[in-house]
Amino acid sequence: MSITEVPDLAPETTLTLPESVEKTLGNGLTVIAVHRPSVPLVELRLRLPFAQADTAISSVLTQTLFAGTAGKSMVDIAAELQAVGGGLSAGGDPDRLLIAGNSLADGLPHMLRILNEVLTGAVYPANEVRTERERIADRLKVAAQQPAHVVARALNRRLYGDHPYASQTPEAEDVLAVETGVLRAMHDERLHPNGGVLVLVGDVEPHTAIAAVEEALGGWNGAGTLIELPPVAPFVTGPLTLVDRPGSVQSNIRLAMNGVSRTHADNAAQQLTNLVYGGYFSSRLVENIREDKGYTYSPRSGVEHSAAGTELSISADVATEVTAPALWETLYEMGRLATVAPGKEEVEQARRYALGTLRLGTSTQSGLAGLVSVLAGSGLRLDWLAGHATRLAETTVDDVARFAAANFAPANAVAVILGDAQVITPSLRAITAIEAA
Amino acid sequence: MASPEIRIPATHYPVERFTLPNGLRVVLSPDRSAPVVGVSVVYDVGIRSEPEGRTGFAHLFEHLMFQGSANLEKLAHFRYVQGSGGTFNGSTHLDYTDYYEQLPSNALERALFLEADRMRSPRITEENLQNQIAVVKEEIRVRVLNQPYGGFPWLRLPPVMFDTFPNAHDGYGSFDDLEAATVENATDFFERYYAAGNAVLSVSGDFTVEEATRLIERHFSDVPARPAPARPDFGEPDLTAERRSSYTDALAPLPAIASAWRVPDPVKDLPGYLPYVVLAEVLTDGDASRLVERLVSRDRVATSVGGYLGFMGEPFAVRDPTALVLSSHLPPGGDPDKLLTTVDEEIARLAQDGLAPGELHRVQARIATHLLRDEDSVLNRALHLATYEIQRGDASLALDLPRQLGEVTAEQVTAAAATLRPERRASVEVVPGGDQ
Repeated sequence: MSITEVPDLAPETTLTLPESVEKTLGNGLTVIAVHRPSVPLVELRLRLPFAQADTAISSVLTQTLFAGTAGKSMVDIAAELQAVGGGLSAGGDPDRLLIAGNSLADGLPHMLRILNEVLTGAVYPANEVRTERERIADRLKVAAQQPAHVVARALNRRLYGDHPYASQTPEAEDVLAVETGVLRAMHDERLHPNGGVLVLVGDVEPHTAIAAVEEALGGWNGAGTLIELPPVAPFVTGPLTLVDRPGSVQSNIRLAMNGVSRTHADNAAQQLTNLVYGGYFSSRLVENIREDKGYTYSPRSGVEHSAAGTELSISADVATEVTAPALWETLYEMGRLATVAPGKEEVEQARRYALGTLRLGTSTQSGLAGLVSVLAGSGLRLDWLAGHATRLAETTVDDVARFAAANFAPANAVAVILGDAQVITPSLRAITAIEAA
Repeated sequence: MASPEIRIPATHYPVERFTLPNGLRVVLSPDRSAPVVGVSVVYDVGIRSEPEGRTGFAHLFEHLMFQGSANLEKLAHFRYVQGSGGTFNGSTHLDYTDYYEQLPSNALERALFLEADRMRSPRITEENLQNQIAVVKEEIRVRVLNQPYGGFPWLRLPPVMFDTFPNAHDGYGSFDDLEAATVENATDFFERYYAAGNAVLSVSGDFTVEEATRLIERHFSDVPARPAPARPDFGEPDLTAERRSSYTDALAPLPAIASAWRVPDPVKDLPGYLPYVVLAEVLTDGDASRLVERLVSRDRVATSVGGYLGFMGEPFAVRDPTALVLSSHLPPGGDPDKLLTTVDEEIARLAQDGLAPGELHRVQARIATHLLRDEDSVLNRALHLATYEIQRGDASLALDLPRQLGEVTAEQVTAAAATLRPERRASVEVVPGGDQ
C-alpha cells in the first residue's frame, strides 16, 4: 500500500547559532570570528564603508587592488594566495567596498599577510591599470546589451534622482580616464581600518583567528572621516517609464516601492508580505503569471536593504506580446494584497519558509560569512537572527495586511519597462500613462 | 614572504549505500552539525537521450515533474516544500536530470514522500503541458535569445565538434519541437526513463542512517520495479582535422571564441581524465594562470578567458564523449586567429618546458578549496553522491577525489597539454552584430 497522505513535519528543530567572538583592534578594525568547522576552510569578508566613492575610480580600484605591491607583481600575489588554496577579490557598491575570499584553514595567517600587504602597499601599476580599465569598458559595452542591466539602470535613475544610488555603474569614458594617481589617492583616503568589519568563518578557533588578524593587520592604519549617505527620499510616482529596445523578444517589467529597514518594527511583516506577493515560488505572482498563464519564467519580488534606504522590487521578464496583460496581473495582485487581508494559512506558509531558510542560510561557511557581513553593514550581529525569528513567529495576519496596504499599493509603485516600444505602447496605454525614458 | 607548502586536507564523512528490491539505489551521508538535510533524486536520462524531432524534451519533461503527481494537485509540491521551510529545484544535464530539496531536518519524511509520489506517477495533462511549454519558451528567451552571447559556448560548440544527433543538438530545444510535444510523448518518456531502476536517491545531513532507511523503505518500497533501459553508446571518433565555425550574434558588441578538444572517458578512464581537470586550472584559474597572464594581462588579446571540463562545466557529472573547453571574449576589433595562435603557443610551451616549481601544488591546493567549499552544502553533497553513484556505481568517489586530484603529476599535466593540438580542435567564433 503506498502512502497517499502528506506526512506531518517532525517537531521543529532549534535555530542554534555557532560560536562567535568579536574584537575591535587598536586601529579601529572590528573583527568577528565565527566557528563553523564543517570543512577545513575559512571564509573571509572585509567590508569597508565606501559611500560617495566615485564609481569610475572605484570600479578600477577594486579590479587593480591585487595588481601589485612594491615587492610583488599581480601574478606573485595570485600565486601566493593559490599556494594556500586561497583567492581574494574586491567589489564595490554605493555603500561599501567588499573584499571576499577563502583559503584552506591552515592558510589563514598567510592569506591575512597578503591581504595586509595589499591594504598597506597596493601600488596600482600603470600597465595593469590600463589593462583593467579597458576590460571594464568592454564589460560595460556588453552590459549595455543585457536587458536586466539596462532596465536596472533606468529604474535606479527614476527612483533615486540626485541620490548616489541613482547611478551605480560608471560611464566607459570616465573609466578609461582613471590613472594610478587617483587610485592611490582614493586608496589612501578610503581604505582604512576605522569603521571596517572583517568577518572570518570556518574551521579556525575564533580566538586563534582574531590573534592571526591582530598579528597580520595590526599595523594597518590611517583614518578618514566616515561619510554617511543622506536617507533615500520617498519614491515619486507618476507615469510608467518606457525604455525602448527595438526588436526585443521580451519586455522587462520592473516595479519598485519604498520599504523599511532591518531594524524597523515592521521588518518581519515586510518579509512575510513580500513572500506572499512574489518573494518565493509559492507566491501569488508566480502562481498567477507563471504557473497559470505562462507569461514568464522567473517572476519575483524582493526586499533590498541598503544603508540609506530599503527598496521593494517586483520583476518579470515576459514575452513581448503579453507585456500589457502581464503588467495588469502584476498590478492586480498588488491591489488585491493591499486591499484584502491574506489568508491565515498563506501567511503561515510564508512564515515557515522564512524560519526554515534561516536554518539553511546559516548551515554553510560561505552562507554564514555573507550573512554576518551583511548584518554588520546594518550595525547588527548574528544574534539578531534569534530576535528576528521571534518577531517572524509573532507577526500576525493583520500586521501583513497593514504593511501590504501601505507598501504594496499599486498607487505607491514606480514602474519601468524595457521593451519594443512600437509593439507594446498601444496596449500599455490601456493600463497606465506612459512617458519615454 | 615564502609560500608555505600547505598540506591538502582530505574529506571525511560517512557514505552508506543500499538498493531497494525495486531497483532504486540509495546513498546516505549523515552529518549532524546543522539541522538541515539535502535530498536528491537523479535519473539516468538527459539531453543526449531525447528523441530526434523532440529537441529540448528532457528539459521540458523536468518541468512537467513539478506539475502534480499521484496524490498531489498542481502547485502542491512547491507549497509543501517551501511551507516546510525548504527550497527546491531540478535541472537537466547532458547525461542526467536531478530533482532536489534542501530543508530543515524535521521535513525529511515529507521530502521523501514528495519524491516517491512523482516517481510513482506524475500528473501530466494537456493544460499543464501547454503551460510549461510557454514557461520554457520564456526561459529560453531570458537565457539565450534576449541576451548577448546567449548559449555561448555550451549550445554552440557541440554541433561543431560532434556529428550525431545525441551529442550535437540544442538541449534547450527549438520552439517548433517544443510546441510539437504531446502528453503521449511525456508518458512514454516517463515509462522508459523514469524507472526506479534508473534512479538514485541520496540524502545528506541531519539524520541517522537507521531512521532515514526506515523512512525510505516506507515511502519508496512500493514504487513499481521497472528496470533501467539499455544506455546507448554515444561515442564518436576523435577529430582528425580542425573544425571551425562562426555565427553572428545580433546582440553581442564584441567578438568571442571558444575551442574544445576531446578528453579521455571521465568514467572508464578516470586516471587518464584527471590530468585534464588540473590542466584546465593551470591554464585559466586566476591571475597567476598561464592563459590569463598571457592573453589578458600581457598581450591583451582577450578581455577574459575561462577553461573547464564538459560543455556544462561539470567535470565529474558527465560521460564520454566530452571535452576540455577554452572560451575567450575579445576586445573591440580583436583577432580570434591571433588568439588561437597564442593559445597554441602557450600550450606548446607548457608541453615542452613543463610546469614551474610550485605551480602544480598551488593549483592543486586551490582545486581542493573549490571541492571542499562545494561539499560544505549538504545539498551539493547529496547531488554529488547521487551522480557519482548513477554514473560510476561509486558514490564514495566523493571521499577519494581530492586525494586522486592531489596525486596528479606534473608529467601527466604536460602530457595532457601535448594532446591539445590544433588538428584535434573544434572552435566556434561569435561575430559581433550589436552596437559597436
